[in-house]
Amino acid sequence: MHFLANPGRFVRIADRVLPWASALAVILTAVGLYGGLFLVPPDYQQGETIRIMYVHVPAAWMAMFVYASLATAAASGLIWKHPLAFVIMKSAAPIGAAFTFLALVTGSLWGKPMWGTWWVWDGRLTSVLILFFVYLGIMSLIEAFDDPNRGMKATAVLALVGVILLPIIKFSVDWWATLHQPASIVRLDGETTIHQTQLWPVLVMALGFTAYYVAVLLVRVKQQVLASRLRSLQLAAADA
Amino acid sequence: MTPVALAWHLLRRDLALAWRQRGQVLLAIAFFVLTASLFPFAIGPDPVLLARLAPGILWVAALFAMVLSMERIFQADFDDGSLEQITLSGLPLPLLSLTKALMHWLSSGLLVTLASPVVALTFSLPAPLYPVLLASLLLGSLCLSLLGTIAAALTLGARRGALLVPLLILPLSVPVLILGVMAVQAEATAQSASPHLLLMGAFFLLLLPIAAVAAPAALRQALD
Repeated sequence: MHFLANPGRFVRIADRVLPWASALAVILTAVGLYGGLFLVPPDYQQGETIRIMYVHVPAAWMAMFVYASLATAAASGLIWKHPLAFVIMKSAAPIGAAFTFLALVTGSLWGKPMWGTWWVWDGRLTSVLILFFVYLGIMSLIEAFDDPNRGMKATAVLALVGVILLPIIKFSVDWWATLHQPASIVRLDGETTIHQTQLWPVLVMALGFTAYYVAVLLVRVKQQVLASRLRSLQLAAADA
Repeated sequence: MTPVALAWHLLRRDLALAWRQRGQVLLAIAFFVLTASLFPFAIGPDPVLLARLAPGILWVAALFAMVLSMERIFQADFDDGSLEQITLSGLPLPLLSLTKALMHWLSSGLLVTLASPVVALTFSLPAPLYPVLLASLLLGSLCLSLLGTIAAALTLGARRGALLVPLLILPLSVPVLILGVMAVQAEATAQSASPHLLLMGAFFLLLLPIAAVAAPAALRQALD
């Protein structure tokens, strides 16, 4: 991990990974969308609205995955003082918030025809909404201090406290059985209750979203590294 | 002096300070009563409806009244430098944080809980529900004070801290709110309130070590 601690080396490796991640994101998302929107037959109960799921489910997974990676970055920043960890944490927050928002909006669009309502205060929906607010809290706490380093450290502590949310979200559908259906793909009993023909576009989309996350994260981290280098060059020029 | 003696000193000092500024403390109670009394205006004075909504209304009003004073948990001591003096005295930061959390609870959570039966009376809450309401508020406000201590330490020295604390606290306080209201509602529908209260107790015990680690970590950043 400390191999990547040198920002210059990180940028060079990021430059090499970026085209691959971007290409993978475009291709996998295109294939997944085509499969989900055209190839998969309409569901016998949900009809055509099942196609919303091919965006909704991967986005919801990403909402949690991004938070997990953000919290991991926060922890490694606090524990090992990894120089890029806080930059990664800061860069991941808006991406995670966007995925959470996408999951909430697509879920709402699906809920209107299926449940007959845009929103219910069910355990899963409420806990994902809370996750969205935690993302917003992280984004505003980073910006709230005159000393950027202090903001990063405070935010890292907040991000770690917020980790309690992840198990609550994952198991909310089992603990409070209300409107949101229980897990059908990753279950405690190891049985997948979704049909094979419906499953593969979800997985392809999830991989595509992950590649998208990696690509955007790399661009954002690179931009931050270059901005701080620019700042130090300007300071050096001002001193001279 | 032992750390516990130091913490006891700090608590007595803070209690004395709170007593000299009792108007400030009473303001939290006034805010609680005022917030709760807005609901009959907003949803109409129907006693049956109000009695049904009373647990939720009281809980939200108590939450707001407590959040209002959270920003001040460390602020005054931070501003005049006494927070650094206290840490130099040898009081460990975890104990300092928990003492401050207890102080916040004494000056807001406990008082709001004590005031809640009076407000519940005006909402014609059925008499058998009072013990559960009091128990849930007592336990829940302890959880909220611990959460508030973390948020107060995190935002110490931040710009617009007064706005940030609610943004950080309100999402994390939802579990407490749900359990508190569910306990009272379970009792109202002749079910047992104890599972909800036990879960809330578990949540409190979970928050205790989290606050004892997270708040000192944030304080260390602020005192750097």
